[in-house]
Amino acid sequence: MHRAGRHLSSATEELQVIAPSKLAIDKVSKSFQTASGTVLALDRVSLNVAEGEFVCLVGASGCGKTTLLNIIAGLERPDGGTVLADGKPVTGPGRERLVMFQEPALFPWLDVFGNVLFGLKLKPNLTNKDRRDVAKYYLELVGLSRFERANIHELSGGMKQRVSLARALAPNPRVLLMDEPFAALDALTREQLYGDIQEIWKARRKTIVFVTHNVREAACLGDRVLLFSPHPGRIQEEFIVSLPRPRDINSVDLAAYATRITKALKSVGQAEAIAAK
Amino acid sequence: MKRFLLAAAFFGLLVLLWEAVYRAKIWSPVLLPSPGQVVKYLEGAAADGTLWNATVITMRRLLVGYVIGLVLGLPLGLLTARSTVFRDTIGTLALGLQTLPSVCWVPLALLWFGQTEAAMLFVVVMGTLWSVVIATETGVRNVPPIYRRAALTMGSRRLHMWFKVILPAALPFIVSGMKQGWAFAWRSLMAAEIFVTILTGFGLGQLLHYGRELSAMEQVIGIMIVIVVIGLLADKIFFSPVEKFLHRRWGTSQA
Repeated sequence: MHRAGRHLSSATEELQVIAPSKLAIDKVSKSFQTASGTVLALDRVSLNVAEGEFVCLVGASGCGKTTLLNIIAGLERPDGGTVLADGKPVTGPGRERLVMFQEPALFPWLDVFGNVLFGLKLKPNLTNKDRRDVAKYYLELVGLSRFERANIHELSGGMKQRVSLARALAPNPRVLLMDEPFAALDALTREQLYGDIQEIWKARRKTIVFVTHNVREAACLGDRVLLFSPHPGRIQEEFIVSLPRPRDINSVDLAAYATRITKALKSVGQAEAIAAK
Repeated sequence: MKRFLLAAAFFGLLVLLWEAVYRAKIWSPVLLPSPGQVVKYLEGAAADGTLWNATVITMRRLLVGYVIGLVLGLPLGLLTARSTVFRDTIGTLALGLQTLPSVCWVPLALLWFGQTEAAMLFVVVMGTLWSVVIATETGVRNVPPIYRRAALTMGSRRLHMWFKVILPAALPFIVSGMKQGWAFAWRSLMAAEIFVTILTGFGLGQLLHYGRELSAMEQVIGIMIVIVVIGLLADKIFFSPVEKFLHRRWGTSQA
C-alpha cells in the first residue's frame, strides 16, 4: 500500500470502498438534426452491464456509440428510453459515472496533482489530507508520482491519458466510461496502457464501458464486445471474450477473436453500403 | 546580467545621442534641453515634493478608475459571453465604444461633472471598461466545451464551475484584456489631466501641461520620462509575473 495509508484511517477507508454499479439501458433512442436532415443516432438500444463488467462498444465512426456513452454519463438526454444505474434513473452527470475522453481534457491552469485533486475536492466527507492522500495513491497507481508538480503541457500524450485516468478514478466512481481514450496515442504507448488498464481494473474493480473502433483493442480489454451498426445506431451482435487475463494484445488466441469481430464489422459495412444504394 | 548590460548600453547610447544633438545646436535650447537640464529639473521637482505629490495623485486616480473598470467589466464580460440578450446589447455597445479613443470622453465628462475628480474617474473608467468586457467575453467564449463537460461529470456546478473552471480557463485572455485596459486607462487619464485643470490636485498630466504653458521644455521632457518609467514599472511589477506564470503553466511561447 502507499505510504500515507498507515497515518490516516479515513483515506484508507475511502480507498477500500469498491462498489461497481449495475447498468440497465432500456430502449434508448436519440436523434440529431443535421444539415442533411434528421439522423437517428440510437434506435431503441437496450443493454445490461453487470457489476464490475468490462464492456466494449465497437463500430464505425458515427454509429452512435459515443452518443450512448454520453447518455450513460448524463451529459446528453435520450429522446426516449431509460438508463438505470443500480436501479436509479440517470438524470444528469455525476461523480458516480466518470468519463475519460478521447482528448485528455486536463485543465491547463492546474498542475498534475491539481488535476487529480479536482474531482476529489468536490467530494464531501473527506478531509483535505484524505484528498491529498487519495490523489497520491492514484498517481502512484498510474505510475506518475514523480510528475505531481509537472505542468500539463510538459507531459507526453500517453502521460496525459494516465493523468486523465487517475483523475477519473480518484473520486472512486462506480462506473468508468471511456471514449476512445487511446485512439490518439502511438502503438507502443497504447500497448503499455492495455497492460496497465487491466491491472488497474483488477485493483480497483469498476464497471467499465469502453468505446473504440479498434477491434483488437476491444477483444483485448472487454469481457464482452458489442458491435454497433450505424444508421440507425443499433447493437448488431455480441461477442463474449473468454480469454484469461491479463491478455496480451499480440496473442494468437486474441487475434482469432479479433478476426471474427472484424468479419462481422465488415458485413455490417457491406449491408450498409447496399442499403445506401 | 548580459541582457541587463546590453539594455543599459542601449539607453546610455540614446542619452549620448540626445546630448550630441543638443550640442550640435540644430534646435534652440528652449525647444531641446540637454539631458543634464532635464535631470536637474527632475532633481528639483523631487526635492520640493512636486513630483512625488503629482505621482501619488495620478496613481490614485489611475488605480481607483482601473479597479472600478475591472469590477464592472469582468461581470459584464461574463454576462455578455453567456446570454444572447447581453451579447446583442452590452456586447455591441462595448465593441463600439472600445473603438472610441477615450480622450473623446473628456468634453462630455467636463460638461457632466465639471472640473472635479469625478470627471477624471469617469474618463479612466471609460478607458478601461470596454476592453475588459470584450477580453472577458472572448476568453469565456473560447473555453473548450470539453472542460465544462469534464467538470460536470466530476460534480462541478454553477459558482464552482464559474470560479474553478471557466474563469481560470479564460485567464490568458482576461489578463491580456486587463493589460490592454491598463494601457487605455493610463492614456485616457493623461489626456484628461492635460485638458482638465482641477483644483483638487495636480497630477503628472497637469505638470506636463504647465511645462508647456511656461515653455519649460525640461519639465515637459522630464515628466514624459517619469510617465514612461511608471508604465514600465507597472508592467514589470504587475503584469510580467502573471504572464510568466501563464506561459509556464499553459506552455505558451517563452520569451
